[in-house]
Amino acid sequence: MSENPRNSHFDSGSDSANGVGLFDTDGFVPQRTYVTGMMMALAGVLMFFMALVSAYVVRKGMPNSGWTAIPDLPRILWLNTCVLLGSSAALVFARAHFRAEDEAGFRRWWGASTVLGLCFLAGQVAAWRELAAKGFYLATNASSSFFYLFTAAHGLHLAGGIVGLIWVLMRPTRRLTRGTATEVAAMYWHFIDGIWVFLFLILSIER
Amino acid sequence: MLALAAVIVGVILSVFMRLHLAWPGLQFPQMFGGTMKPETYEALLTMHGTLMIFFVLTAAPQGAFGNYFLPIQLGAPDMAFPRLNMLSFWITFLSFACMISAFFVPGGAPISGWTGYAPLSSLGPVTGPGEGLGQTMWLVSIGLFCIATLLGALNFISTTIDMRAPGMTLLRMPLTAWAWFVTAILSLLSFAVLLAAAIMLLLDRLAGTSFFIPAGIVVSGKLQAHSGGSPLLWQHLFWFFGHPEVYITILPAMGVTSHILSTFSRKPVFGYRAMVGATCAIGVLGFLLWGHHMFVSGMSPYSAFAFSMATLAIGVPSAIKTFNWLGTLWRGRIHFTTAMLFALGFVSVFVTGGLSGLFLAQPAVDSLLHGTYYVVAHFHLVMSMAAMFGIFAATYLWFPKMFGRMMNETLGKVHFWFTFVGAYLIFVPMHFVGLAGGVRRYADFTAVPYLWSLQPLQRFITWAALVTASVQLLFLWNLFSSLRSGEKAGKNPWRATTLEWITTSPPPHGNFAGEYPRVYRAPYEFSVPRAKDDFVMQSESESV
Repeated sequence: MSENPRNSHFDSGSDSANGVGLFDTDGFVPQRTYVTGMMMALAGVLMFFMALVSAYVVRKGMPNSGWTAIPDLPRILWLNTCVLLGSSAALVFARAHFRAEDEAGFRRWWGASTVLGLCFLAGQVAAWRELAAKGFYLATNASSSFFYLFTAAHGLHLAGGIVGLIWVLMRPTRRLTRGTATEVAAMYWHFIDGIWVFLFLILSIER
Repeated sequence: MLALAAVIVGVILSVFMRLHLAWPGLQFPQMFGGTMKPETYEALLTMHGTLMIFFVLTAAPQGAFGNYFLPIQLGAPDMAFPRLNMLSFWITFLSFACMISAFFVPGGAPISGWTGYAPLSSLGPVTGPGEGLGQTMWLVSIGLFCIATLLGALNFISTTIDMRAPGMTLLRMPLTAWAWFVTAILSLLSFAVLLAAAIMLLLDRLAGTSFFIPAGIVVSGKLQAHSGGSPLLWQHLFWFFGHPEVYITILPAMGVTSHILSTFSRKPVFGYRAMVGATCAIGVLGFLLWGHHMFVSGMSPYSAFAFSMATLAIGVPSAIKTFNWLGTLWRGRIHFTTAMLFALGFVSVFVTGGLSGLFLAQPAVDSLLHGTYYVVAHFHLVMSMAAMFGIFAATYLWFPKMFGRMMNETLGKVHFWFTFVGAYLIFVPMHFVGLAGGVRRYADFTAVPYLWSLQPLQRFITWAALVTASVQLLFLWNLFSSLRSGEKAGKNPWRATTLEWITTSPPPHGNFAGEYPRVYRAPYEFSVPRAKDDFVMQSESESV
């Protein structure tokens, strides 16, 4: 058998591949399947955001589009972006501690990453309130529509990620090892962070 | 079962439409509203298309047969993520319930077609009955369906990549597995786009945004308070999904056709690698030609030319497949089982329907024919009939494996011949209606003399449709009576080679009762010289 499951770090044995080819008698799937699944999920997420962004580009570039940019984007978005990048960095540290089998360090950094994610969401809500106070609502004009659409769609994906992070921290996993769970959660988290940086660039440069 | 329910509703809707077209003043029973109003006709048209394309042609080949047989054919105990699969099924169910409920809300079902073109679909009840809550429910249902399909697709891809039995290399996979794999990739990439578009359209309807609604629209003398959106943007997003969707419905049917033609001509698939290549090429090209749905929507001739070329180019892999099917049949020992007949029928309607596609791929010709029954005839043959033939072929082939009993072959053959001849009797005259200028989507031709002169042809089509639809009752009878009283099927009633035939019928939980197979050879080893039988199973290790 060439296909070995990924190493588990804290727990072991639940993903044995002995005897019957790829699967043990309970039909546990190889751990890398979860990584593949996450990559596919992210491909779908990417297409979703690409559809939104291409709609943005087309809508803005239309002749007589009547496009009026939001005069100045809320400054807090810069802070939010830094917070989110910090969150990604914290997750990198957390996984380093995980690999060093330092459970306390892992939980500390993983928790920090989760909290920073929540701070980002709170910051995004603050940005919305600032825009609304200036009189820019969802239906005010095309650029404000896209602004709310992008931030809301991204926020929902990020909120899903936060649920995932908390789940990895709180619950013992059965089918996938903890090593895989942290890897898959981290893939999602970094990717959704990257999506935000991209959306923010589009929103601030392509105004 | 869900797809079966959907297809029954879908057929009933089309029968009502045909009846109304043939005899416009016809009184339907009171519960269906007496004489059909034009808006009711449009609602039926919309729901027929939506149910058939999403809940039948997308859900059945992939969701039913793919989910069941992909893991078995790869030698795996189950799909990679069984719980995700369950979630995907229940979301589809919810989506179906939501779609059907659109009939029963105030205003009834939406009237904007399965393509939901804005601004008809985006302005709300002012644009017609059904454009209120009905259209909103349609959009919510489509959104849910997208999510369910995305979850299903990532499951299919992960299963194919990581769950193959030892020895099951990619180029030893049955062509059905290849078809489901490529279809899943198309679904993953295209349904995500439809989801984004559906959300934007929903915002246009409910939150007052103007993504797809241009400024200055006047409906019933009243200026609509929207500005600057683009209906063309909706069409681009929709068809970026919508064209791959065509291949999502047809690729699994192609896969099962290859599978069956090989099994029942007792010959290996001719040009297996070319078949795999053609499947992938169709997948890639399928993403590059959505614009041919929009030749008459206002498009630069240069773009139209590019889309036209891409459209003609996809004829090449389609032709490769067709030649390879014929090559597989050539000098084979052909067994005319019902499954085989439907697979042959698939090749027939696919080629017939595909040929008219070459005409429609020319923007100049298309601008004449786009709004006519010619297009209706074209896509019903090449996509709907072909995909349905694929579903029937798959049912007759795999029923013994799924339920441990054979279906009745005599009834099956009667079902085939009536359906096959019926398909041509319905859709060939429809081409002529289209060429004569018969416009599609019209509820009533009474007031237009040149269209009214086509009425005998329309009535003929309706009679053909009624007979063909009734014959499907025979299929249902065969399906359900065989469940109870069909002849017992062994492990391998068709003497076929792939892994689904090494396990019991029906397969146990975990598909192989803990003894997972190892694969030693290519999928279609029929009539191997010096072999003791005329087929060698993929899991057979002794050298022959």
